[in-house]
Amino acid sequence: MLKQAIKKLGFCLLFLLASPLAFADFSWNFPEPVTPMALDTLHVHNKFMVIVAVIFIVVLAIMIYSLIKHRKSVGHKAVADKAPSTATEIFWTLVPFAILLLIDFVIMGIPAYHSVVMMEDTRNESDMVIKVTGSQWRWQYEYMGNTEKGSQAGLEEAKGIKFVSNLSTPQEQIDGTTAPVNDPAKPYLLDVDNRLVLPVGAKVRILMTSSDVLHNWWVPQFGSSRVAVPGFIRETWVQIDKAGTYRGQCKELCGKGHGYMPVVVDALPAEEYKVWVAAKKDEMTQAAAGSDKEWTKEDLVAEGKKVYEKNCAVCHQVTGAGLPPAFPALTGSKIATSPIFGADGKYLPDSHLDRVLNGIRVMPSWKAILNDTEIAAVITYERNALGNNVGDLVQPSQVKAARQ
Amino acid sequence: MSTATIAHHDEHADHPTGIMRWLTTTNHKDIGTMYLTFSLIMFLVGGCMILGIRAELFQPGLQLMKPEFFNQLIGVHALIMIFAALMPAATGFANWMIPLQIGAPDMALPRLNNWGFWLLPPSAILLTLPFTLALFGIGDGALATGWTFYPPLSIQGGIGVDFAIFAVHLLGISSVLGSINIIVTLFNMRAPGMTLMKMPMFAWGWLITAFLLIATIPVLAGAVTMLLTDRHFGTHFFDAAGGGDPILFQHLFWFFGHPEVYILLLPVWGFIPQILQTFSRKPMYGYKAQVYAFWGIGALSVVVWAHHFFTAGLPVPALLYFMYSTMAISLPLAVLFFCWIKTMWRGSMSFETPMLFTVGWIILFGIGGLTGLVLADVAADAQYHNSYFVVAHFHYTLFAGGIMGIMAGVYYWLPKMTGHMYNEKLGKLHFWLTAISFNLTFIPQFFLGLAGMPRRIPDYALQFAEFNMISSIAAFVLGLSQLIFVYNIISTVRGGQKATDKVWEGAEGLEWTLPSPPPYHSFTEQPVVK
Repeated sequence: MLKQAIKKLGFCLLFLLASPLAFADFSWNFPEPVTPMALDTLHVHNKFMVIVAVIFIVVLAIMIYSLIKHRKSVGHKAVADKAPSTATEIFWTLVPFAILLLIDFVIMGIPAYHSVVMMEDTRNESDMVIKVTGSQWRWQYEYMGNTEKGSQAGLEEAKGIKFVSNLSTPQEQIDGTTAPVNDPAKPYLLDVDNRLVLPVGAKVRILMTSSDVLHNWWVPQFGSSRVAVPGFIRETWVQIDKAGTYRGQCKELCGKGHGYMPVVVDALPAEEYKVWVAAKKDEMTQAAAGSDKEWTKEDLVAEGKKVYEKNCAVCHQVTGAGLPPAFPALTGSKIATSPIFGADGKYLPDSHLDRVLNGIRVMPSWKAILNDTEIAAVITYERNALGNNVGDLVQPSQVKAARQ
Repeated sequence: MSTATIAHHDEHADHPTGIMRWLTTTNHKDIGTMYLTFSLIMFLVGGCMILGIRAELFQPGLQLMKPEFFNQLIGVHALIMIFAALMPAATGFANWMIPLQIGAPDMALPRLNNWGFWLLPPSAILLTLPFTLALFGIGDGALATGWTFYPPLSIQGGIGVDFAIFAVHLLGISSVLGSINIIVTLFNMRAPGMTLMKMPMFAWGWLITAFLLIATIPVLAGAVTMLLTDRHFGTHFFDAAGGGDPILFQHLFWFFGHPEVYILLLPVWGFIPQILQTFSRKPMYGYKAQVYAFWGIGALSVVVWAHHFFTAGLPVPALLYFMYSTMAISLPLAVLFFCWIKTMWRGSMSFETPMLFTVGWIILFGIGGLTGLVLADVAADAQYHNSYFVVAHFHYTLFAGGIMGIMAGVYYWLPKMTGHMYNEKLGKLHFWLTAISFNLTFIPQFFLGLAGMPRRIPDYALQFAEFNMISSIAAFVLGLSQLIFVYNIISTVRGGQKATDKVWEGAEGLEWTLPSPPPYHSFTEQPVVK
């Protein structure tokens, strides 16, 4: 009676679950691979899954046969196991061991060996090098330049391009004020302001490091995943064979923003890549010019608001109230209201500029992430908004001087 | 010694009553009961935490909690389930059953035994206190690094990390004390005629576990102490700026962490064949082979640790070594599976609740083991690592392979411990609900992982929504089903149909020769094993 009830309940549940399953757009395996490594990973994965599924089904079938036939309720009497002859015992021990050794170290082991060697070969035949730095909670990308092979192949030289990539999903969707918007062009939690752009077909050697804690740069369609370790350089590589936009996420728990530092890569054909490199270089020249210009307080505050909300608000909050005790308030804080520069024109230790440039404990050093204008703007903003009214301002040229 | 004291000693069931009985007890059954009760309570606490997580992950967007609170929940859930639910459950059974199974009057070191248990409640408090205080707005909460404590994140963390470090120290001391006690008991107090190779399987599982604990817990204690000095005393073990290396911590942690998996599973592998032989009504198959497989797994478990961080950037020879050595674990494990199935083969099986749990356990643990074999492959691991695929995999080994095994043991021995039969219908209902909802919780997580959802994220992209919703609903069914378990245990303790001494028709072994429940002091005269 109870058995039947449970069976019925089970079927009902399965049916309930199966009906939405039939319509939903599920992904049942790795996403489409676009690099040789991802293709290899998919093959290895499929092969191994088939092997373990076969093992599982065979063993399960034997077990189910026994569960049905050898039960007391059908009147089966236990048959004691007799000790086999030594020869039989040796045979029946060695054969399964041989099969398993074959599966482990030949059928699975040999392809796995080749995959590992390919995966770790970051240098041979590479065309260009980029550096990826993980920071709480954003990625920085720096183009280190072409290799000899890349230059010979006519790859556009992008050396010197450097930028930061932040999540661009609006804050009100993230904190739950409004529902996440389903926009395929800007997918929820998987879109950034500055995408990494790579040329199609080039083997890109990726140097990986971190400025604070461990991160892991992962794009499922590339099949590569490597931990970014502070103080060390790790490497991986990609060679994207198909133009398109590819998205991934940080895969190593890195604090409260761990779920909010996506990786977005645009793979462009050579011609479009060339155009992008030129535009990006132009943008950087203009930004550098900005640090020599004299800025007004209003312009700095307006620019600073943008920088603040993108970079600082995640911890210190949009209002400046912070999240004490881990993340102090900026409104009325000692650092944000005390003088920055000493009598000699140099910035004081533990001043506002010192803290932003060099960081302390959880507060990151922004020296490498923000440019002179952005640092000057954000400091000016913090001192003259968020409930503070100090009245002074910092010029980008002063930041530039302070960096020396 | 006066005659009065001797007479006093002869009154076997004489002990203080009330709270003092439990605080001062040196009786192996009392201590075993305390371990098991503690484990059950912490199982529910850890379960509530994960239901909080599954509720948050029910749909995209943050509805219930902030990311920093989410990060605390995942780490404390894992620490509680591993150290405060699964390990004490196994130790509880060891206390209850090892003296009964080897014909001893008690454990060899009863005072140490008491101390081993009473270290647990303070460490549970250390683990949960910062978390509970944060719920009331005091302090910045528990450790938010996941249970693995990886620096530099754990160096950044608040005081919750220090609490967790001290909790781990206490739990570690407790485990080592328990292990010493078990080894001494097994080596010295076996009934005459019971050679090592005649010991019950459960005793063997625990013997290997105890050695693994003594070998690896000090390494964990060292690693977290180094973390503590990095945090507060200016050392740089794990800080590259001072010549250290964050990855060093991962090596030390997993040198403990991988054997820990087998520490949790070996006691279960011990009593599973005993349950199988009872309900198949024929002796277990391949006793010696199973013992040697235990040795093999114990030895391999301490030399495969780096497969937990293949993506951290190890040199190629190291990757290959750890890949192949990990795959080698499939050999002894296959021996065990073969012996378990061969024990059932041509038996006369009946399916009472312990047997149902055992059969379900073999199948589900099989899935955990096979996905583990796939995870050993370095290339594919780049995709699986830290994705939901891994989450599903280790819940198949630790929930199915660990907790469901423990449940089989509870139903198997509860009549012996309490003297009452549990409610069979409720037991079966508990099994079916657990098995079905467990699969519906974790099968979607395999696919989430393949589709690219990282673990430990408080919110996710929209393409992961459907699977997460199924997983969350099933997780709540799974959680609520455990209330049946709790109810069944409590009502069995309080009364019910009297259990016979043998309890099960096919039961074999010394524990079944004693009355149910057994007397306060187990074997006052040693039985002789032929």
